[in-house]
This record gives sequence, C-alpha cells and structure tokens, in this order.
Amino acid sequence: MRKRAVSIAALGLAAMGIAACGSGSGAGRATINLYTFPEPSGSFASAAKDCSAASHGSYKININVLPSAADAQRTNLVRRLAAKDSSIDLMTMDVIWTPEFAAAGWIKQWTGANKAAVTNGVLPGPIKTATWQGKLYAAPFNSNTQLLWYRKDLVPNPPTTWAEMIAQAKKLSPKENKIEIQGAQYEGFTVWFNSLVNSAGGKILSPDGKKVVLGPPAAQAAAVINDLAHSSAADPSLSNEMEDQNRLAFESGTAAFELNYPFVYPSAKTLAPKIFKNMGYALWPGVAPGHAGKGVSIGGSNLGVGAYSKHLPQAFAAAACLRNSKNQIRNANGGGLPPVSGNLYDDPALAKNYPFHQLIKEELANASVRPQTPLYSDVSLAIQKTLSPPGSGNPKTVVKTLTNQIKQALGGSALL
Amino acid sequence: MSSGTAVATPAAAAPPKGKPGLTERARAERKLGWMLCAPAVIVMVAVTAYPVVYAFVLSLQRADLRFPAANKFVGFANYGHVLGAKLWWQDVAHTLIITFFSVALELVLGMALALVMHRAIFGRGTVRAVALIPYGIVTVVAAFSWRYAWEADSGWIPHLLGLKSDPLTKTTSSYAAIIISEVWKTTPFMALLLLAGLAIVPDELHEAAKVDGATTLQRFVRITLPLMKPAILVALLFRTLDAFRIFDTVFIFNQGAHGTETVSILGYNQLLNRLNLGLGSTVSVLIFVLVAIIAAIFIKGFGAAAAPGGVERN
Repeated sequence: MRKRAVSIAALGLAAMGIAACGSGSGAGRATINLYTFPEPSGSFASAAKDCSAASHGSYKININVLPSAADAQRTNLVRRLAAKDSSIDLMTMDVIWTPEFAAAGWIKQWTGANKAAVTNGVLPGPIKTATWQGKLYAAPFNSNTQLLWYRKDLVPNPPTTWAEMIAQAKKLSPKENKIEIQGAQYEGFTVWFNSLVNSAGGKILSPDGKKVVLGPPAAQAAAVINDLAHSSAADPSLSNEMEDQNRLAFESGTAAFELNYPFVYPSAKTLAPKIFKNMGYALWPGVAPGHAGKGVSIGGSNLGVGAYSKHLPQAFAAAACLRNSKNQIRNANGGGLPPVSGNLYDDPALAKNYPFHQLIKEELANASVRPQTPLYSDVSLAIQKTLSPPGSGNPKTVVKTLTNQIKQALGGSALL
Repeated sequence: MSSGTAVATPAAAAPPKGKPGLTERARAERKLGWMLCAPAVIVMVAVTAYPVVYAFVLSLQRADLRFPAANKFVGFANYGHVLGAKLWWQDVAHTLIITFFSVALELVLGMALALVMHRAIFGRGTVRAVALIPYGIVTVVAAFSWRYAWEADSGWIPHLLGLKSDPLTKTTSSYAAIIISEVWKTTPFMALLLLAGLAIVPDELHEAAKVDGATTLQRFVRITLPLMKPAILVALLFRTLDAFRIFDTVFIFNQGAHGTETVSILGYNQLLNRLNLGLGSTVSVLIFVLVAIIAAIFIKGFGAAAAPGGVERN
C-alpha cells in the first residue's frame, strides 16, 4: 500500500518535472519586439531568426516594421515611448536620436559586460553616435557615410576639394556636368552643411551641445554651397533634391559627380549598366586642400533598448546578437549597410560587393558626428530653414543669422 | 424618419397640460430621448471637445515631450512667442494667398461644372460620377501625382511648357502648382454644393423671364445667382475653412520650402518634429481662432439671411 502511494507520488513529480521542462522552453520564452526601419533584403528577418534560435529558448525576436522615412520612424517611436509603452524592447535609432532619447529617459544605458560586447573593435565614430554625456545608450548597429561618385569617362582625376570639383564640372558640357547633392529643405541638407563645416575644421555646436561655435568654417561652408548653387554645375532642381533624386539624375547621365551613400552603387549596377561601367568612387572632397574624406557626417543606426521593456536582459542579449559579425556582414551584403566593427572591413566576404570598403573605413575613422543635443531636431530645422534654398543666403551675414537661429532653437521657446 | 416623428408628437403635445401633468409615458420618452442622444454626445465630447480643451491647456504650458520634468505653467507666454514671431505672420500670409486663389478659382470652375451637371441631358449620372473622381482620390496620392507632373526631369508640365528651370524651385510657380493641384482636387466638391443650390431654383422663374425677353446671362445674374446665394455662401465657407488648413499638398510638394510654408506645416514642425507640445498647441489654437474668425466673417458679413435656407438644404 505504502509502496504504491510512493510510486504514484513519484509519477506525479515526474509529470510535473516534464511540465516544468515544457514551460521552460515555451511559456518562459520572452518575446522581444524589435521596432526597425524597413530592411528590404530580409537580412534583419534572417538575423532575428538566427538569434532567436541561438538563444536556446531565452527569447524570440519579433520584428515590427516602422515607416520608411526617418522622421516618421521617430514620430512613431516617440509617441509610444512618451506614453511608456512596454512593448518596445528594441528599436533601431537613427544616429542623431541618441541624446534626445537618452535625455528623455526612453532608452536604457549600456554598462559592464553588455557595453563591452557591443563596443569591442567598433570604430570610434559609430561609438560616439551612441554615446551621450560620456555614457553608452545604444549598440552601434550599422554605419553609413557618403562617398564621391564620379564618371570616369568625364573625369580622369577625381577632385579632392570642392573648389576643384566645381571647376572641373564647369569645364564639362552643361548636359552632363551636374554635381548631385541633397539641397532640399530636410535633414539631408543639414548633413551636407555639417560635413562642410567639419571639413573646414569647424563645428556647429560645442561638445556639450550647449553653445553655437560656427565661426569662419561655417562661412567657408556657406560659400561652398553658394558657389555650387550659382554655378552651371548646380542641378536645376537642387533645392528640391533628396538622395533618391540625386541617384536618378546620376543614373540618367546628366551628372558627372554625385555625393551620396553606397546604396547608389548596386542601384546603378542593375538600373544603369552603361553609367555603372564608368562609375568611379573617391573620398568625399574637402573644403580645404588635404581634407578629402575628413569630417564627413556619419549616418547609420544604433540599437536602443526600450526603458519600459519587461525583458531587459533578453533585450540586451538580442541586440548584441543582432549586431554580431555574421549579421553585420549579412546586412552589408544584403542591404548595403556598412558595418561598425573595424575588422570586418578586411573580411573578404565584404570586399566582393563593397569594392570601396576601405574608403568607407577611412572616412568613418575621420568622420564627424552631427551636433549632439537633445534638441537636435530643433537645431537641424533652424539650419535647414535658414540656409534653404541653397545659395539664397549672403555668405557674409549668413553665419550671424544662423548663429542666432540655432541659439533660439536651443532656447526652446522660439517658433521655428 | 417617419417613425421618429410619430414617437415625438405625443411628447410635444404633452406640455400644454402643465408640467406636473407629464404623463409617465412622456417622461419615459424624454428619458429615452436623452439616452438615445447620449452616445453621440459622449463621442462628440471625447473626440472634439476634449482635444480642443486639452490643446488649449497645453498651449498655456511649457510642455515638451523630451523634457517632461521641465513642464510648467507659463500663462500666455507661448502666445507671445508665436504672435511675436515674423515666421507666424509670414505663414499666415502664405496660407491666405493659397486659400484666396484656390477658393476663387474653385468657385468659378465649380459653378461652371455645376451648370454642366445640372443641364446634362443624357448620362447625368455618368457626368456627375466622372466629375467627382478627383475628389475621391486621397489628397496625398493626388499631391504626389501632381508633384511628379511638375518635376523638371520627369514631369510632363515643364516639358509641355518648354520650361528650362525647375518650376518647383521658384516661389511663384510653386504656388501655382500647389493652387492648381488644390483646385483640381476640390472643384468637384464645390460643384456638388453649388449643384444643390441650382436644384432649388424653380424652372418657372426662368420660363417667365424668358417670356419677358431676358437673355441667358441676365437670367443667370438676376435669377440663378440671387436664389443660389445661400448655397454659394455655404460652399465658400466650407471650402475656405478647409483650404485654410491646407497641409498635405504643400508638404508633399516641398515641405513648405521656397516660401510656401502654411500655418498647418508650422504647427506640424513644432508638434511632431520638435515635440514642443506647448508651442505646437499654441499654433493649433491660433489656427482654430483664425478659422472661427473666417466663419464669423462669412456668416455675419455676408448676411444672416444666407444661413437658414442654405444650411438646411445642404
């Protein structure tokens, strides 16, 4: 009798053990919601699948796709985060959002082993974009920067300065001499201005993000914009052009030069094979001689962990996995997103689709970060609206006007 | 409708008997009436009154989504910042230019379209349906197709006009493009409102005038227009209020660059770009005030006689 009772109890315990085991890999598994910009090649989806599988049942990454425009992504995330939405575990953040999200307390700081895992071997530029007031607030995910793309059949020696480039373009036939750059009133224009100011040796804001320090380099930058806008090399649509219009113009053969991100390279390969045959690449030209590829604005995105997430340890682990070497290479080859880890630029797997990878690495090493302040949107809006349309400002007074506008933007109470 | 009147009649007949004499049934019906109205009232309060009041409350604060700790009551300081800014008045002027020209053109073209639709002998239904197509297209989609039509490289308009420069990079031509796009899109709406006005002009008047020897133009100016005045006013009022809040078309064309920024884009920049809820709400409240002023001018300024007939018939 007693023996039987014991065996029943043992059976019961065994059953419970099995049940417990089952819940360990089923119900106990955290769903990590990743909010990301759309990645058309499916690289993120593959990475999410691989990482979920490699987590041994600790988490499963669920991808939520944000709109394609960066400002729409931000609006979407910000509204949820301001309402303390706990469903945002992970998010891809444009590099310019870090101070804003960190200051508002919407993302978690990275410390200790988590921090080491996502910063070891990462280029300094991308780390800086993920840092605010000396603390790391996101995992560098992918980087980006512009190169100079030019027509080898028209331009035998790629220019190293803006003055040289404009002079070369002026000598060509007006039908195919355009310099394609982002001149519309939007973030891309700020990127251009920031690259020029840094290339001229200046900065827009002080490192703490509190003071406007434009000075003479900004005047030189404004002069370059004016020179281009008033030359025959300016696209007639310059003041309405964004990255994609630039790409289209270059592919249609009207341009000799284009300043743009690497996505234009595979695009020309498939859409404009004739142009592609003569498509050369070089460092972004400098404002001053000897500054080619220096101070170019850094782009790309970082992975932020939502401050209201209910699965913080898993979210940190998932973020670290999503940006591991294998996934960075996959994102570069599939989606054209340059890696953040320096050693990957020597990986043969990258060189195949990315013949210009060493130029990107060189530019990233000397890149400039756009002004780091929680009020970045305000500052950028002030820059775009003051300088737009390109060539409209008087180079002598524009720095003063711009300084005042940015000061007002930092004050937070002026209409912009 | 008919069952509604049937129920209402006994209740309306009850009062003469004196208040205490309200029958049990009348009281129950009154209660039922309130209960039937309640969902609509609650929904209206929730979706209209609450946001309006909340926007006003926010406009009195320094409120920024990014700095929740720094939020505080600042009275009318935000109004001072907005009304003291050159930008606000510039944008009001831009908005008024777009509103005036688009509504004026829509009135003329809408009237022509309404006359055609009214007098169409065959295929009346088809004519009306075809005329309504632009109004049925999503504004953003319509704006995109117009922008592509105006683009220097790929658009057919610059090509057709033989333009060498990009019309969307110049202020005047940008306005023209925006206004044409708006007119194309909303003329059918104007025409539909005017058509309703045309329908109430009795044919006998026209026939009598014809017998008296009035020309077509005389009949239009002396008979049709005066009788249609209420409908015209309602159509103008609706369209002016709508046009004053223009956002989509301008945003798609050039985000308000080249001096085309409207007050709605200004509000968008403060609210959604800068996340500055205080300033943004102030802009919203001021737009609301301007819209209210426009409505008041239309209703008071153009004769109160317009309101009753016109509104009911529409």
